[in-house]
Parts: sequence; C-alpha cells; structure tokens
Amino acid sequence: MAEKGSVILQADGLKKYFTVRNFLGTSKKYIKAVDGVTLEIRKGEAFGLVGESGCGKSTLGRTLIRMYEPTDGKIIFDGEDITHLKKKALLPYHKRMQIIFQDPYSALDPHQNVREIMDEPLRMNSSMSKKDRDDRIRELLGKVGLSDDALDKYAYEFSGGQRQRIGIARALSVNPDFIMCDEPISALDVSIQAQVVNMLEDLQAEFALTYLFVSHDLSMVRHISNRIGVMYLGSIVEIADNDELYDHPLHPYTQALLSAIPIADPDRAQASKRQIIQGDLPSPLAIPSGCRFHTRCPHATERCRTECPALKKVGEGHQVACHLV
Amino acid sequence: MSEKQILTVENIRTTFSVHKRTLEAVRGVDIHVDEGEFFAVVGESGSGKSVLMKSIMGILPDNAKVTADKMEFAGKDLMSLSSEERRRLRGQEIAMIFQDPMTALNPVKKIGAHLTEVIRRYRKVSKAEAYRLAVEALAKVGIPSPESRMEQYPHEFSGGMRQRVMIAMALSCSPKLLIADEPTTALDVTIQAQILELLKELQERENMSVVLITHDLGVVASTCSRIAVMYCGMIMENGLAREIFYHPQHPYTRALLRAVPKPVTGEKERLEAIPGAAPSLLALPQGCPFQDRCQFACAKCKGELPPVHRYSDTQSARCVFTGEELDRLAKEKKGGNA
Repeated sequence: MAEKGSVILQADGLKKYFTVRNFLGTSKKYIKAVDGVTLEIRKGEAFGLVGESGCGKSTLGRTLIRMYEPTDGKIIFDGEDITHLKKKALLPYHKRMQIIFQDPYSALDPHQNVREIMDEPLRMNSSMSKKDRDDRIRELLGKVGLSDDALDKYAYEFSGGQRQRIGIARALSVNPDFIMCDEPISALDVSIQAQVVNMLEDLQAEFALTYLFVSHDLSMVRHISNRIGVMYLGSIVEIADNDELYDHPLHPYTQALLSAIPIADPDRAQASKRQIIQGDLPSPLAIPSGCRFHTRCPHATERCRTECPALKKVGEGHQVACHLV
Repeated sequence: MSEKQILTVENIRTTFSVHKRTLEAVRGVDIHVDEGEFFAVVGESGSGKSVLMKSIMGILPDNAKVTADKMEFAGKDLMSLSSEERRRLRGQEIAMIFQDPMTALNPVKKIGAHLTEVIRRYRKVSKAEAYRLAVEALAKVGIPSPESRMEQYPHEFSGGMRQRVMIAMALSCSPKLLIADEPTTALDVTIQAQILELLKELQERENMSVVLITHDLGVVASTCSRIAVMYCGMIMENGLAREIFYHPQHPYTRALLRAVPKPVTGEKERLEAIPGAAPSLLALPQGCPFQDRCQFACAKCKGELPPVHRYSDTQSARCVFTGEELDRLAKEKKGGNA
C-alpha cells in the first residue's frame, strides 16, 4: 500500500462527455461535464472539490472511481492505470474505492433491512462465513454509532442522519482506501451535519482513509479538507492547501465564490464587501470560448475571450488557471 | 424603522389530524412583525417554521386546525375574515415565495402569462397595461431583456432566474408583507447571494416587511434585523440579530451557533455537534422539547414547559435556566472534567 503523503489517485487530462441527441436522433451534441482535469490526491488526505451545481464536480468524482466510463485521459490509482479496465479486472478497485451519496433517502434500498443492506457488499467481496459477516456488520454499526437494534429495521424507520450513518457503514464494510463523499451532508439539518462530519474525521484517522469531499458548502469543505480544488464548467480553475485557498484566493471565480459564503456573524457580514458575481453558470452544452469564466468575470480582457488559460504553478502547492495572475 | 406592528399573532396553535391521531406542529407561538423590517424564523426541518407562516396565511390543507388568541394584520382581525376576503388579502397585501420555484410555475404557460394573470386578478387594468406592469416587474427584479423573457417558458429559466420571476409575481401587487419560505435553499451560493441582495434591496426600497424562513444561520446574519429560533413547534429564543449571534441565551441557540465551522477564521477545531435528533412531533417529551439533546437538562426540564425569561425589550428565551446560570453551569462542568 502507498505511503502516507504519496499520490494515491491521479487524473491526467481526464474527460467525461455525455452525448445528447435530439428526439429524432439526427443531431448529436456533447455535454462536456469534465473537460481535461489533471489532479493528484494524496494518501491520507481529504481533498475538497467545490463549485456551483452543474460544474461537473460529482461527475469528476464518479469518473475517478470508475463509476462512469471516462471519455479520454488517464486515471491512475495506487500506481496502476485503471482507465480502461473492464468489469472483472475493475472489481478489486471498486472494493478499494467507495462512495457515500448525498441523499441518504434514495441511496438505501427500501425493501431491505439494515442487515441485508450491509451484508450484500460483504458477501460479494469476501469469503467470510455468515457468522463472521454478522459480527462484522455489528462492529461496523458500532463504529458509526448505531446499536444492534438497527439490524432488523428498514431504511424508512431512520432519520436522515442515521441513514447517512448506514451509508457510511456500508462503504466501510469492504475496507476501502479511498472514499468519494458526494455532498454527504447537504441533505442534513445543521445540528446533524456536525455529527456526521466529526464521525467522518474520526473514521479517517482510525482507518487511514483518503477522502474526496465534494460539496458546495464552502465552510464545511474548509473544515474537513487539507487541499481544495475549485471547479468551473468542467475544468479546475484553482488548487491550493485549504488555508492558502481561503486566505489568498487568486482566481476571480474563487474570490467570488468565497465572498458569497454567508457569514454567521452580523457585524462581519455587514462589514465585509461582498463581490456578488453576476449572471448564471453558462450551459455546459455551449461552453464559452477562451477562459470559461470570462462571461461572468469582472476583469476579463480580450485575451481571456480567445485563449484558454492553463493551470500553472504560482506557489508551493498552489495552481491557478488565469491569464491575469 | 417604524415601530408599528404590521402583523401581531398571539398564542397560535396548529394541529393536524393524521390517521386519527393529532399532531401539534405549532404549539403556542407569539410573534410580531414590525413595519418595514426584515424578520427571520430559523429552525431545523420539522420545527414548524413553515407551518407557522402558512397558518397565518391560511393556506394549510383541510386536516389542519389553527387557533389563536389574536391574529391581526394591518389592523384587520384575520380570524374574522371570510375565506374569500382572506384570499384577496393574500394576493394583494401578503405574498409568499417558496423554496422550489419550478413547482410553483406552470410549465406550459409563458412567464408573461403568469405575471399578467396575477396582475389582472388583483388590479382593474387593461391587458396592455398589465403587460407593461409585468415587464416593469421583471426589470425590477433584475431580469435582463424582460420583453423577450416574457415570451419564454419556465424551463428556459435557470433556478435563480425562476426565483426572480416568483419574486416579481409576489411583488406585482405591492404587498405590505412578503413571506419567503427558504427562497435560496435550492440555489448555489453565488445565486443565493444575488437573491438575498435583491430581497434586501426591494425591502428597503418598497418599505415592505419581509419574513424569511430558513435553516441557515449564515443567511440570516447578513440580512435580518430580528430573529426567532424555533424548535419542535415552539419559539425557543427571539431577539435582535446581534443579540442572537453575540449573546444567545438558550442552550439550543448556543449549540446551533457552535455546530457550524467558522468560515472566516477557519479554526481546525472539532465541531461541537448536538447529540441525537429532534423528537417526533407524535412523541414529544413532557416539558422542554430540547431536554434529550441538552447538556444542561435536569429534573425541572421534564415536568412543565420551561418559563420564558426576558433579557431585554427585544430578547427572550424559553429555558428553566437564565443565560447567566448556563454560563456558570458550563464552567462548573468544565472544571469537573479537568
């Protein structure tokens, strides 16, 4: 297994396009959900991915764990190129890369009780006996703070926070190295969010997990992540360590995104000059030419309209894609 | 800001009958909204914040029963109005916008038709005049090229733009009170900031009162002047925004404020989670509804409803302990553990 701090998952020019046809099937267009992303996630870290809805952050995460078939580019997991592995060869990697979903209400089968939900991945991925599996399920439920009473209950009998715990226990059951957390707390109440985030942090320490934490809640991302990538319309515009990104954002989009965070402090909220970004995210079917952000950028120049900026290194671990930096 | 109250409600209770059982969603709430103020009702899901405002609006389903000692809007007793009079009041003087603007708009009707219908329903104007007013309303909420947008359908609008259309519809009859039920929850932070800015600007310009219903304390801090915190159908604490954020007196308010990461300092402290989950409204404990999750809960919390302590003209909290007593208890606890 990789050393802590070494690269566990790497994407190189990764693309994921979805095809859309009109209803006669005569014309074909592409939604460029992920369009040439290069990044590295290190062993034992929590890598945060932020951006507006529709920017492709979930698609990127799901392509990285090979839930989606990549269109182009390379994915390297723990030194192995897994970009084009087929079903059977991919199985051991699916075991090592798990996912926690946003909506704990639709992620659990309503016809299965907790024992069945938890048993399935164990049965599929291990040669444990029924008794061993049962012990393991009890142990896992304990780890996420649920009692044995939960075993025979169905998903509808739990609250949102408890369901998310079951989803986390299920992801943990196959001893993964890497967990993609796809907006795991956005469907939960404020008082429950902190419970789940604390638990994710404890589990990370206990099992030496690596997280890809996808979220639009920028303050939670800062809290949980070591490094953060900012996505806009399918490409990464800035990557930096968490404090560096929040204290010295360089890309105009990152700056706008950060200043839009609602601050739970009336004096500071009123004193801070918010730069409110105008307009909406353009359609991913018609990505603007040049820099993708130029249509909403207050500093856009002629060059931004024609030439696409590349991600360049501007400091230790800090990369940004902007002509003006 | 004028001190005159536009909405005064005392001891309002709302019960629903579900499967032969009754469920009390709002349990004796007093609230008032001043003229021209931005007021917020904050609470988690199931706290009764939406039901409270819908009870006042009179738009709950038939299985709901609303009682109150007093329910006055702009000098009119809401409970004595006929349902037709209340319906007219809702369009003209009280307007409401909802979380999901897509479900509130008819997908097969043009945006222009939505707006002109509302305008012609409540104002005696010609078609041409209604059209002109509709274009004006769209321009007022910041929709670019409003004339051509009038001819488009809801699906051609983004989430933020749809919410702007809803606001334009709500404002087309210049209401005195706008109730905004989680208007930004379905939107991105960047768009959320735009919508909040718009609401604030309209509230100031039109001298309208706004009640913002939300679960997000961050949203509240930047816009509202006064806040009520709800839990299990009751108001646990209310006060000016500064009082709630800087001198919270109720354990629930304090816990809520500590459960969110501090975005500006980014301190890498462990979050202070509130244990457990809110109790079901069908199985509420006797006494204080927060007792099972409260670190200060004692025998007194389990019997009767805790009393309301007043801290200033504007701030009060419902807890057996005062804020000072809680501070002392917290200190003792810390000392005991050390």
